[in-house]
Amino acid sequence: MGGSVGLKGTDGVAAEAARLGAVRHSGERAASALRELLPLKEELTVLCAGGEMGESLVKGLGFPNVERVYETGAETTADDTRRAAQAMKGADLLLFAGGDGTARDVYAALGDKAVAIGIPAGVKIHSPVYAIRPEAAGRLALKYLEGRCRHTYEAEVVDIDEAAYRDGRVSTSLYGYLTVPDERDYMQHGKAPSPVSEHAQQCAIADEMIERLKPDTYYLVGPGSTTRTLMDELGLPDTLIGVDLICNKKLVQSDLSEADILKRLSEKPTHLILTPTGGQGYLLGRGNQQLSAEVIRRIGKENLHVLATKEKLFHLRGRALLVDTGSEAVDKMLCGYIRVIVDYQEEQMCRIGTE
Amino acid sequence: MKKIDRSSKVRTGFHQAKWDEPVIFELSRHGERGILVNKADAQVAASVEGVNALPEFLKRKEAPALPEISQPRVLRHYSRLAQETLGADVNIEIGQGTCTVKYSPKVNDQLANLPQMREMHPLQDESTCQGIMEIMYNTGKYMCEISGMDRFSFQPSGGSQGILGMASLVYAYYKSRGEENERNEIITTIYSHPSDAAAPHVKGFKIIYLHPDENGYPDYEAFKAAVNEHTAAFFVANPEDTGVYNKNVLKFTKLVHEHGGLCAYDQANANGLLGVTRARDAGFDMCFFNLHKTFSTPHGCGGPACGAVGCSKELEKFLPAPLIGFDGEKYFYDYETTNNPSAIGKIREFNGVAPVVLKAYAWIRSLGPEGLYQVAKTAVLNNNYMFKKLMELHCVDAPYIPGKQRIEQCRYTLETLAKETGVGTADVQRRMMDFGMHYWQSHHPYYVPEPMTLEPTETPSKEDIDEYIETLKYVFNEAYTDPEKVKNAPYQSVCHQLDESNMDDPEQWAVTWRCYLRKFQ
Repeated sequence: MGGSVGLKGTDGVAAEAARLGAVRHSGERAASALRELLPLKEELTVLCAGGEMGESLVKGLGFPNVERVYETGAETTADDTRRAAQAMKGADLLLFAGGDGTARDVYAALGDKAVAIGIPAGVKIHSPVYAIRPEAAGRLALKYLEGRCRHTYEAEVVDIDEAAYRDGRVSTSLYGYLTVPDERDYMQHGKAPSPVSEHAQQCAIADEMIERLKPDTYYLVGPGSTTRTLMDELGLPDTLIGVDLICNKKLVQSDLSEADILKRLSEKPTHLILTPTGGQGYLLGRGNQQLSAEVIRRIGKENLHVLATKEKLFHLRGRALLVDTGSEAVDKMLCGYIRVIVDYQEEQMCRIGTE
Repeated sequence: MKKIDRSSKVRTGFHQAKWDEPVIFELSRHGERGILVNKADAQVAASVEGVNALPEFLKRKEAPALPEISQPRVLRHYSRLAQETLGADVNIEIGQGTCTVKYSPKVNDQLANLPQMREMHPLQDESTCQGIMEIMYNTGKYMCEISGMDRFSFQPSGGSQGILGMASLVYAYYKSRGEENERNEIITTIYSHPSDAAAPHVKGFKIIYLHPDENGYPDYEAFKAAVNEHTAAFFVANPEDTGVYNKNVLKFTKLVHEHGGLCAYDQANANGLLGVTRARDAGFDMCFFNLHKTFSTPHGCGGPACGAVGCSKELEKFLPAPLIGFDGEKYFYDYETTNNPSAIGKIREFNGVAPVVLKAYAWIRSLGPEGLYQVAKTAVLNNNYMFKKLMELHCVDAPYIPGKQRIEQCRYTLETLAKETGVGTADVQRRMMDFGMHYWQSHHPYYVPEPMTLEPTETPSKEDIDEYIETLKYVFNEAYTDPEKVKNAPYQSVCHQLDESNMDDPEQWAVTWRCYLRKFQ
């Protein structure tokens, strides 16, 4: 909504956007997506929020079986998005229109269990939970509902700090994951065609990292789906977007704070396992508050292990893995080349930089 | 009589045969036979032990699970499959970039089909096959002259096996020095052929990939950071599959040597370099050529091939055995040179695919040194003619070194086409088949978005290249005017769109019939 009036998103400034004359485009974009589902209209039951948030649009397009599961007021907010998504829990597929903020709201309501597809309608779209265009979202939904796309994967919900973005700075944080249909041609940052699936690659990377684990050494495991696979392969629970500590393949502590980590650093030699997140490829951004500059300085670059699928590196298109620890000296220490584990017994030389 | 309209170069009337032909195992009917072998005469049966002579462990417990099928049904089956193939003899083979699919002179096939060749057996005594041994010996000499190496083996029967041969040489070299455990890393680039990583991987090496720098050359700064005391070798193609030639390659090989490593040259893209550059002069210790690509024998896509492996004098003693020697009077199998415990030994039965070597020999002899150089010049000219024509199109681009020529092939990107129309390179590939044209994107994963890799080689005429370009333009135009038409292609070809949703899941793969039965029946 904010883009047309020069705002970089509407998080917290929706009223100002409206005052400046911003017009919502999400309705027409959602309609473009939903039209693709019309061939299935007789078989579908469409759950939706009331009024402008869905019902009028769905009925206007001619879907015969419509159930209003959430009532809205005249003005809708992010809270309505969360509540409406919650009310649709149990649906086969959730279609939502918006940008990164909307994806965060859907994740907050449903976590990573529901299968969802984002219809791109917002200003900021960095989360690969969105289709490349509204029609593609509709076509993918049709394919999924007809059973022609059977696999799903976890796609990142990322967002940038809009206040910083409006000041010309980009700072991305990972907020969670949504499960989306696995169809490479339809999604933002769609899969780079590769011989094996992203999950198979993640498993191979995890096998390689497990072979490298040294006894009686602490390993801090950062957020991300690739590091999550490592924990899965070890049979350990993990904190989706936090930092966990393992030693001798056992969980020592979950979801550590900076203070927890600093305390642990004095106990044993400590390594850090990270994976880049988000479209920008942030290795260490300001979203990782617990992995502070002091923590990184004490661990050292030589004890840093970076895991990434080849697809993720493909999407960087030659750009550096980004670090923004808040300390110029620590950022400088990290800059240069690092070996990124991309498969079992395979590494890629990648550059770490600050921009 | 109505004049036939030939104004368009695009074959809009093309229609390929489609037979819905099952897998041959599905055609099998119990008891059906192609050949009934006569029972041995009683006298013969009485005088030999037959199967009883075999040791127990060599005897089958059950009959092999081969398809049971009559001769005419076998003939029909393979004839139909042949009709469903866009072979090199029927389409303008420009679209299979990196594979150097050139015209293979039919006269060379006739040579290989002469009874003197066809009826030979590799176990014949060497005194009875001096002719082919001389040809193999001399072809090895030509390879040495072309590459600057000192000795060649034709034992590997394909490009990837040639790379495996090089990886085996690297391992043997360090084994002979007792360093095989420390020297365990191979550095390669993401635009070299995937086998440059995969084959050394098979030998147990760890693989380190380099990304390109902004010009498309392997990133030298990353390379410096990668080379260390564990570096066993640097495996690289040059030009890489982008068609960009790394003019600083000597700097790379020098750095590896300074760290005690070896350098291996994947010469799959050598077609633009014959008589121009030599592997040894660029600092490489070993290299391999695909006789079925550069030397026209032809490219078989799984058919008989040869990855000729050559190396420096220092590494010669590790080559696959036997080599072929000449004592001034006769040719002989040379087991002495490689008679040491670190040598590779055999990497394939016998001594390579002899008819392939014969065809390469005939091709080289028919051209001579000047002819080989002309091959390279024409291949580069053809590629750059095509490159210029395609780069004039709004929806086509090529990453790296803008404005500079490529060598013998180019990896283009159709990213603009995809963004503006939703039609991607996979759609273009399927639509090109509707006009009888082969088209290839890239090895996986795609580092160039929406890739299109084309290699005209030296053999298509300007007419052929123009026809290919016109067909591409026709499809691009369709993408802008009727994108759904392209996305739903093919219409005139063998296969309609496949469900690819399981293709990247190793759990779903079945690469043999037996595996298919086990997993899905």
